[in-house]
Amino acid sequence: MKSAIKTVRGRSVPMLLDDIDTDIIIPAQYLTQTSKSGYGQHAFARLRQADPDFVLNQPAYQGAKVLLAGANFGCGSSREHAVWAIQEMGIEAVIAPSFADIFSNNAQKNHLPLITLSAADCQRLAQLPPAQAIEIDLLRCTIAAGDAVMSFAINPFFQHVLTAGIDELDHLLAQQAAIQRFHAQQQRRQYFVRMPRGSA
Amino acid sequence: MSHNIVEKIWQQHVVQRQAGFPDVLAIDFALLHEVTSAQAFAELDRRGLPVHDPKRFLATIDHSIPTREDRHQVHDPQALKQMTALRENCQQHGIALCDVGSQKQGIVHVIGPELGLTQPGMTLVCGDSHTATHGAFGALAFGIGTSTLAHVMATGALLMNPPRVMQVQFNGQLPQGVYAKDMIMHLIAQIGVDGGTGLVLEYTGQAVRDLSMEQRMTLCNMSIECGAVAGLVAPDQTTFEYLQGRPHAPQGAEWDAAVKHWQTLVSDPGCRYDRSVTLDIGQLAPMVSWGTNPEQAIPINQSIPHAARDQADALNYVGMTVEQAVQGVPIDWAFVGSCTNGRIEDLRVVADILRHRVIDPRVTMYVVPGSEAVRQQAIDEGLDRIFQQAGAEFRQPGCSMCLGMNDDRVPVGARCISTTNRNFIGRQGTGSITHLASPATVAHSALAGYITHPISPMAQQEAS
Ligand code: SF4
Repeated sequence: MKSAIKTVRGRSVPMLLDDIDTDIIIPAQYLTQTSKSGYGQHAFARLRQADPDFVLNQPAYQGAKVLLAGANFGCGSSREHAVWAIQEMGIEAVIAPSFADIFSNNAQKNHLPLITLSAADCQRLAQLPPAQAIEIDLLRCTIAAGDAVMSFAINPFFQHVLTAGIDELDHLLAQQAAIQRFHAQQQRRQYFVRMPRGSA
Repeated sequence: MSHNIVEKIWQQHVVQRQAGFPDVLAIDFALLHEVTSAQAFAELDRRGLPVHDPKRFLATIDHSIPTREDRHQVHDPQALKQMTALRENCQQHGIALCDVGSQKQGIVHVIGPELGLTQPGMTLVCGDSHTATHGAFGALAFGIGTSTLAHVMATGALLMNPPRVMQVQFNGQLPQGVYAKDMIMHLIAQIGVDGGTGLVLEYTGQAVRDLSMEQRMTLCNMSIECGAVAGLVAPDQTTFEYLQGRPHAPQGAEWDAAVKHWQTLVSDPGCRYDRSVTLDIGQLAPMVSWGTNPEQAIPINQSIPHAARDQADALNYVGMTVEQAVQGVPIDWAFVGSCTNGRIEDLRVVADILRHRVIDPRVTMYVVPGSEAVRQQAIDEGLDRIFQQAGAEFRQPGCSMCLGMNDDRVPVGARCISTTNRNFIGRQGTGSITHLASPATVAHSALAGYITHPISPMAQQEAS
């Protein structure tokens, strides 16, 4: 069981670049670890190193809990390290006009809320002063920023996973008998091709 | 009721459908490599779970290994730790491993097909985004993250909503010197890096039927570069001929039964697609990427479009300007390899171009076979000597320069023309610049010292 997340409240940091790929989030040279931690310090390393004034380097945005990103965020590799790195930075939710599929799946498994918000509303949030906190309500699918309230879309199962604290592996394990039956039946089917005998 | 191939494979693998939840999808086979598996094994260990059926898994070491001659000596302690972890995990869980030194070692997406493990109608996953490569066989193959891999290892299934399906029809006949690599780069340039999000792409049309299995793998491999869940080609005679006699392909009566089943895995006439796109490739020119994502690509005889002025970051990074021709841009490195273009057919194309010629002395060229089997085959055919005589280095199999995480990296500021799949900033090494292209374009460019291809007007002018 994981703990349920119903709201995320905190300051946001605007990084409205489109097509931020997983190599930018966490470059391959940092992937030779065997654990899930140790990536946060390298997150967005190239962007941060290239420009001392890059938004993630600015003192005003330190401690932000919400990352405001551009379209197609997380495209590229399947590396879950990208999600672990973002979480280790202290980010508790990402808001963007769209997300890449594998990144989205990985975020769901790690209970990192991904909020799909129109580009116009993302722009509005980006205009907020750095000290202004926002509140994401995952049950109502709304974001409150000062007086403004915006609504967003989220995949219903993703929402359920977050707000009910569902562990997907537990959910699958509960159906293991059915899965095993299915594999066994399939193996008996005539066309089924025998799997390797375990010798490489 | 008529169905497309994806719907058919899906229906044959749904274990359970429950309102409010994604489908429970049975996974036939999973491939593992050293970079994305350790944390999945750790999750199983943490929960005290066994691998549900170890013979449905095969592991290899490909991403972090050196490709030099003495590649057993790994100098990076982290990489070594990662490799050791995979060895121990495979041993502990009874999973077959194609270790360095084994005749079956190679890039995960090269060895699966080579061994006959990748078969039509399968569901196949790997903790790697280029898993779509296996779709060339009419398998539903897609990349997953480490947590999902743990789900598959523990249960043999994962949770997923049925994907939408896009038909990508390629019409016409590929011109001489133009390849599947150019077809897929053309598609990505057309629909964009997120044009396939949420979709499985079925590649159809005579141009696809005409492709060899190696070429189909190149085509499917880059499906992820337009954000697609997967890409696939319905199986046909070309598929069956490639598979027959491979170590893990069915034999005898089983083979006949398998082929009979596989022949049903085609999209029915009149079936429904969520989207369709048709591309004519009769006039297609070799494609080259100019920017920092695979959509920023143009035919080699064209200039960077004026509209690219909005992409100033990409232009600055690669040191190019709008309306500049890609052709003629000097290169420092040329790379042939990766799961996109590291197969024997790719090496043959390159060898044909390099034969009796020498690459430009300013260019460093690596030819890295996708697997031990490819390497051996290349040696048997004498291709290794052609590469060496041309001044290129023929190396040991691995992912190599495709991603900057092993010893092979393009130096800071250097420009590389590469048969790989991603030109992301720093992908081939911090500060490196990548131009994606087909093996033929890479070989011609290595000879010239600048980006070129003989079918392009500039090269013709020079020749005359
Ligand atoms: S060759 Fe490149 S794209 Fe293919 S599996 Fe290796 S790193 Fe990934």
